[in-house]
Amino acid sequence: MHKYIIRRILVFIPMLIMLSIIVFALAKAAPGDPFTGKILDPTVDPEVFNEQREALGLNDPIPVQYFRWATSMAKGDFGESMYYKGRDVQSLISERIVNTVYLGLFALVITLVVAIPIGIYSAKNPYSPLDYSATTFGFLGLAIPNFFFGLIAIYVFAIKLGWFPAQGTISNIHITGFSEFLNRIHHMVLPGITLGLAGTATYMRYMRSEVLDVLGSDYIRTAKAKGMNDRNVLYKHTLRNAIIPIITLMGFEFGALLSGAIITEQVFSYPGLGTLFINSITNRDYPVIMSITLLLGVAILIGNLLADIFYSIVDPRIRYD
Amino acid sequence: MTQQAVLQVDNLKTYFHLEEGKTAKAVDDISFKISPGETVALVGESGSGKSISALSIMQLINKPGRIEGGKITLNGKDITNYNAKQMTKIRGNDIAMIFQEPMTALNPVFTIGNQITEIVRKHKNMSRQEAHRHAIHLLKLVGLSRAEEIMKEFPHQLSGGMRQRVMIAMAISCDPMLLIADEPTTALDVTIQAQILDLMNEMKERFQMALLLITHDVGVVSQYADRVMVMYGGQIVEEATVDVLLESPKHPYTQGLLDSLPMVDKDVNRLGTIKGTVPPAYDFPSGCRFSTRCPHVMEKCHSQNPSLSTSDSEHHVRCHLYPSEVKE
Ligand SMILES: Nc1ncnc2c1ncn2[C@@H]1O[C@H](COP(=O)(O)OP(=O)(O)OP(=O)(O)O)[C@@H](O)[C@H]1O
Ligand code: SF4
Ligand SMILES: [Mg+2]
Repeated sequence: MHKYIIRRILVFIPMLIMLSIIVFALAKAAPGDPFTGKILDPTVDPEVFNEQREALGLNDPIPVQYFRWATSMAKGDFGESMYYKGRDVQSLISERIVNTVYLGLFALVITLVVAIPIGIYSAKNPYSPLDYSATTFGFLGLAIPNFFFGLIAIYVFAIKLGWFPAQGTISNIHITGFSEFLNRIHHMVLPGITLGLAGTATYMRYMRSEVLDVLGSDYIRTAKAKGMNDRNVLYKHTLRNAIIPIITLMGFEFGALLSGAIITEQVFSYPGLGTLFINSITNRDYPVIMSITLLLGVAILIGNLLADIFYSIVDPRIRYD
Repeated sequence: MTQQAVLQVDNLKTYFHLEEGKTAKAVDDISFKISPGETVALVGESGSGKSISALSIMQLINKPGRIEGGKITLNGKDITNYNAKQMTKIRGNDIAMIFQEPMTALNPVFTIGNQITEIVRKHKNMSRQEAHRHAIHLLKLVGLSRAEEIMKEFPHQLSGGMRQRVMIAMAISCDPMLLIADEPTTALDVTIQAQILDLMNEMKERFQMALLLITHDVGVVSQYADRVMVMYGGQIVEEATVDVLLESPKHPYTQGLLDSLPMVDKDVNRLGTIKGTVPPAYDFPSGCRFSTRCPHVMEKCHSQNPSLSTSDSEHHVRCHLYPSEVKE
């Protein structure tokens, strides 16, 4: 078990290096640099730009640039923003990342709280009216794009009904204590549901088919033949098995959650990593873009790592290989 | 015959309601009795309804199946209309069951100890420690000497034979009066098969259980059973004591089963002498269900399904070839 976890962590390191190379290469491959748009400005001597490029090291050989970037990233120095002059990337990211983490957690909690019980119910009562409704909702949830659902939600629940705010994280900065918490939750409802929609549909379908599968298995028949009651059969024997693939799914879905957050934050003008990311792309703010991309990649890798480790804990069959 | 039967089944019917309005009569009007300490074998080809009969007794039939009628009496008590809660007190406690596939019959994510203590704690109201001790005792009883270690192991760490021993330990854990074993050795190596059957027989005698042994293997029948019921198309077509049945089978199907014995390592699935295959349970021929394959088929067989004769109380047969006996 410990060996397994250590091995998984060791595999993590080369993946991290690969990821950093890819991020760097993509950033380099993208046309233009922070000076590109300005080169057409006839009042500025192109030579000035070139001097600046030289100063920033943008004219060095690519491997040299990569190595310089990677070592400073590894030291926790993400560089300086090229757009917000004088601000380092860490501070830009750290003031936004909390919002994104909260939003993601909120969406995940909604997703699991809704999807798992409904999935179980659907499996226990296949082809019941609720099962059919859940199936329909599931297809809609997967088919409707995030941003579209978000716009509709804003129109209906924020503008028409006025139940929830349409944007931001808090009404004003003077709110404190428990009412601050409530106010933040209130702001998170619409983006949270929007972000959690596709995941809810996915987990629900998954849970339904897993539970249905397990309920038909031999060991469930054994449990029943032993005289175990319905509750024991469902909550002990069935769920403990059905949850295993769900954990793997969470590893995969983590990436979808993060990329969904980028779009959702944009729709709701929610000041998180996603809006920062999109803005940085528009501004060609490479240090920020690269840092966020790398951060998202690392988050996904860690998500998968955690899912794997968790998986090895709940499934005794893979502990010893 | 004065002794009260452990299990009495009367006119049991279990149908599967399939799509397109078809009905599979998997078990269609079977009746039998099992006396205390008796081993009754239930034999027949694949699809004849053996497992569904057993599961019906346990009331473990899933949709689209349904018990359509009949009466099940356990030790004098009519349990036919017991609800789900009442049945949980019967299952594992009064009737225990062992299944064909030891590889999948145990829950992969719980330890052996967990799965055995669970059943004794439920039925015997034992404390954790008592249950633990009892489980170790049971594991040793079924020949697993590393009992303490096995308690902490998971099913995938055991061989098929060991898992079936665990299943037997679980089955006998609450002193049931009836053990139903549904092809308990079919999935095991030939060398292990005899060990498991001997163990089951030993446990049966030690705990004075009655045993309903479902099998394909006529060799097993002759060695362990007192009485045999031959099943075909959801019905019992012949029933007699082992000696009588093996010596003088009456039903053409039984004769076919026994004829094929020396040729095909006793596997009823690969019969040498009975032509064709079992008709599907939703499409039985009218008249005698064996008529599509019977070498002695007559006019009457196509129109009328023979009933199980009761003239000879020791030897019942369902075939038009033996009409005279009815009058005796
Ligand atoms: N879930 C089901 N849905 C529809 N029909 C079923 C179902 N389960 C069983 N049946 C029907 O019941 C019949 C009897 O099945 P059963 O499992 O009792 O056979 P068996 O005698 O135990 O065969 P085997 O030797 O292969 O175990 C089958 O032929 C099939 O037509
Ligand atoms: S009743 Fe007719 S068809 Fe059926 S077994 Fe007897 S002889 Fe054969
Ligand atoms: Mg069977």
